[in-house]
Amino acid sequence: MNADVLVVGAGPAGLAAAMELRKLGADRVLVVDRDVAAGGIPRHSAHTGFGARDLRRVLTGPGYARRYAEAAAAAGADIRLGTTVTGWDGAPTGGGPQRVTLTSDAGVQSVDAGAVLLATGCRERPRTARLVPGDRPPGVMTTGELQRRVYLAGQRLPGRALIVGAEHVSFSAMVTLAHAGAQVLALVTGRPRHTSYAGFALAASWRWHVPVWPSTVVGQVTGRGRLDGVQLADTRTGDTRFVPCDVVVFTGDWIPDHELARAAGLAMDPGTRGPAVDTTLETSVPGVFAAGNLVHAAETADVAALGGRHAARGIVARLRRGPAPQPVRLPVTAEPPLRWIAPNLVCPGGPAPPRGRFILRSDVFARLARIEVWQGGRRLATGISFRVIPDRPVRLGASWTGRADPEAGPLTVRLA
Amino acid sequence: MTGAAETPGAPPADVAIVGAGVVGTAIARALACQDVSCVLIDAANDVGTGTSKANTAILHTGFDAVPGSLESRLLRRGSALLADYARRAGIPVERTGALLVAWTPEQQAELPAVEDKARRNGVTDVYPIGPAELCRREPHLGPGALGALVIPGESIICPWTTPLAYATQALAAGARLRLRSRVTGIRAGAAEHQVITATGVVRCRWVVNAAGLHSDTIDEMMGGGRFTICPRRGELIVFDKLARPLLSSILLPVPTARTKGVLVAPTVYGNVLLGPTAEDVPGRDDVGTTAAGLTSLMAAGRRILPRLAAEEVTATYAGLRAATADRDYQIHVDPARRYACVAGIRSTGLSASLGIAEYVTALLADAGLRLAGRPEPDPPVMPYIGQAGTRPYQDAARIAADPEYGRIVCHCERVTRGEIRDALAGPLPPADLDGLRRRTRVLNGRCQGFYCAATVTALFASTTPAPAPAPATAGTAAEPA
Repeated sequence: MNADVLVVGAGPAGLAAAMELRKLGADRVLVVDRDVAAGGIPRHSAHTGFGARDLRRVLTGPGYARRYAEAAAAAGADIRLGTTVTGWDGAPTGGGPQRVTLTSDAGVQSVDAGAVLLATGCRERPRTARLVPGDRPPGVMTTGELQRRVYLAGQRLPGRALIVGAEHVSFSAMVTLAHAGAQVLALVTGRPRHTSYAGFALAASWRWHVPVWPSTVVGQVTGRGRLDGVQLADTRTGDTRFVPCDVVVFTGDWIPDHELARAAGLAMDPGTRGPAVDTTLETSVPGVFAAGNLVHAAETADVAALGGRHAARGIVARLRRGPAPQPVRLPVTAEPPLRWIAPNLVCPGGPAPPRGRFILRSDVFARLARIEVWQGGRRLATGISFRVIPDRPVRLGASWTGRADPEAGPLTVRLA
Repeated sequence: MTGAAETPGAPPADVAIVGAGVVGTAIARALACQDVSCVLIDAANDVGTGTSKANTAILHTGFDAVPGSLESRLLRRGSALLADYARRAGIPVERTGALLVAWTPEQQAELPAVEDKARRNGVTDVYPIGPAELCRREPHLGPGALGALVIPGESIICPWTTPLAYATQALAAGARLRLRSRVTGIRAGAAEHQVITATGVVRCRWVVNAAGLHSDTIDEMMGGGRFTICPRRGELIVFDKLARPLLSSILLPVPTARTKGVLVAPTVYGNVLLGPTAEDVPGRDDVGTTAAGLTSLMAAGRRILPRLAAEEVTATYAGLRAATADRDYQIHVDPARRYACVAGIRSTGLSASLGIAEYVTALLADAGLRLAGRPEPDPPVMPYIGQAGTRPYQDAARIAADPEYGRIVCHCERVTRGEIRDALAGPLPPADLDGLRRRTRVLNGRCQGFYCAATVTALFASTTPAPAPAPATAGTAAEPA
């Protein structure tokens, strides 16, 4: 089987990319997804607020997912569901198509693709990866598992629930739990305050009577056979207390689904933990692109979709240009307390990044923060951010990329 | 078959085996294949749920056992038998070899003694290597390693498939399995014993105590009281499959009197295992992990294999080893009381299981139990859940014959609907999701259920009838007043 472009992942980024690729004249656009339905995470995010930036309207998650799935199919993309990329042979030395292996109920197949877009998204770190000690009872899950249980499998979850995290997705988990019949006790966060919109926290408090417990971490999970509760620790005083509950949802703490990217041997960015990408979203391997929350875990669905659309333009340009070598690309690294920046490879004077900006993450709160870009001893740019909030995007304009010296080595971005 | 009450008036079983761990199932298999009627009893809802399921999953050669001990002898015999059995039964096993790494001059000075001990244990293919060769074999090893002893025969194995294979074969040979049947008392008698369980009374001529962490309790019921089990907890961390290329063999520390120490090992599922800690705990079900334990393991992991720290943790767990005050296995057969005690197996039960079963069977025969004396039948062929061989999702012919093997449900572990269906319809079906995990690897991956838990739960519920209420009335009725 052959394709001009193989898109891996039928979430917002992959589907938006497929539509744009067809619009720009790519003939055979093959989209594969391991799930049994297209749409990605929004499929089970049954609240509103999707589509503002890309579709200029506001939809529910499932409505948004459906709209993209239908539009991509109508645009002529070949969408194969229940299909997993199970092998990556890559391109022959000296250039040529990328060869991958697909597994589905139709069997094991090879596909040669002129270009590949990885749009495999991200997931939340589970309790185990956060090294939360204690017993291993059922009833401990991530938001992803919770939403699939409630919205896709129709399960009820009566009982007391505790949410670990207080960012956007944590409030989404609260709504899901309330819908499933649970009594949500609180959202706990190790940070000094929540990192979502003030309106979400107010609504949680007033409408659902759910408080945020700041500076609080889960010290231990207790329960044999079923969950009894968790031990909470106050990070300021060290005090601990036991909170009985039937469900604990670990939210946020995103990690890109980068397994395929690493199997493909792509250079990885130490900050995002996704593949390193330039402003066209091309990775270290010519003809292999990455978009969406694989390269910035996690942004909202519309930002992921706009990234997919942007990657499509880069892919079409790459297919026209052929296997020409990549220009000089300088790595950009975020210095703590900044966590990551995306894109993270800069071609001096090269094209603009998606939406004309770089996205950053911070581990600390700050007001009127100066964000500086440095190359060697030279400051290339200073951006002012009115508010810097962990878990939320911090934007940085892209005009400085033209001032980067191709000979002067890597760049850093820091909070002044 | 599982947990059913006995037919009143039927003759007693030849043997009741208390404990369906890797040792109990191995004994049941050995006896059932010799036409000995046996009942395998366990308090849990599945076989292999105690020490057997949560360990370091290594098939030991016994190189560091106490020379001349029963453990040394049965380990050597058992590991050879199991290596062969695993190959024929499709139990995942990989002969990775082990490196006993010395990090200090004191440890390095110990290596010749360990080498000598290995030879006295009949493990003669060991040899030392210097730091350059060590670095060539394990380039990701942390700085400061001074040298190592190579033990080529050490292997990694699937601890879940092994007792399942034994039990499957025992059932096929006519053994009965009584799960959810905690033993609350034993009435030892001249003609027969009556084992009182939560689901009724099991009548038998012989009692075999393979109750692991509870073997002292059973021993006391049989009038023994010779030993006390001191549970020793071992916490372990499983790293993501992306960490697997960081090592090629099992990395062992130089053992101390107390424990084999913290090791780093590949698993047959393609992950990397770090552990165990060793801590004496009071409870027999104290299998929670601790902050201190996980922190100390992560620190040890960073020293042994620094790049581990950059990889994601997939799972953490703890298991209990059934230690006794004695250094050796406690295996005794009392012909007068028709009782066999198989205890104190600590951390080597998986490796020695077939050796122990062979030894116990011979002791029972000497004590008068009649065996058919026929050659051993072929083992059952178990579903393959290892990483080194071909899994169903990779098998084009198998998917062509049955598309369910092409429908991946658990993406991290690449478990298909076909495999889940087979496990649920198998001769020894899982009683819960943990049982399904041990049979298929489902839910065991890096996402811990983010993607597949809802689907797997629904699949399990749709094909599993609601569990039958415990036959409490039948059980109590069978008990003599």
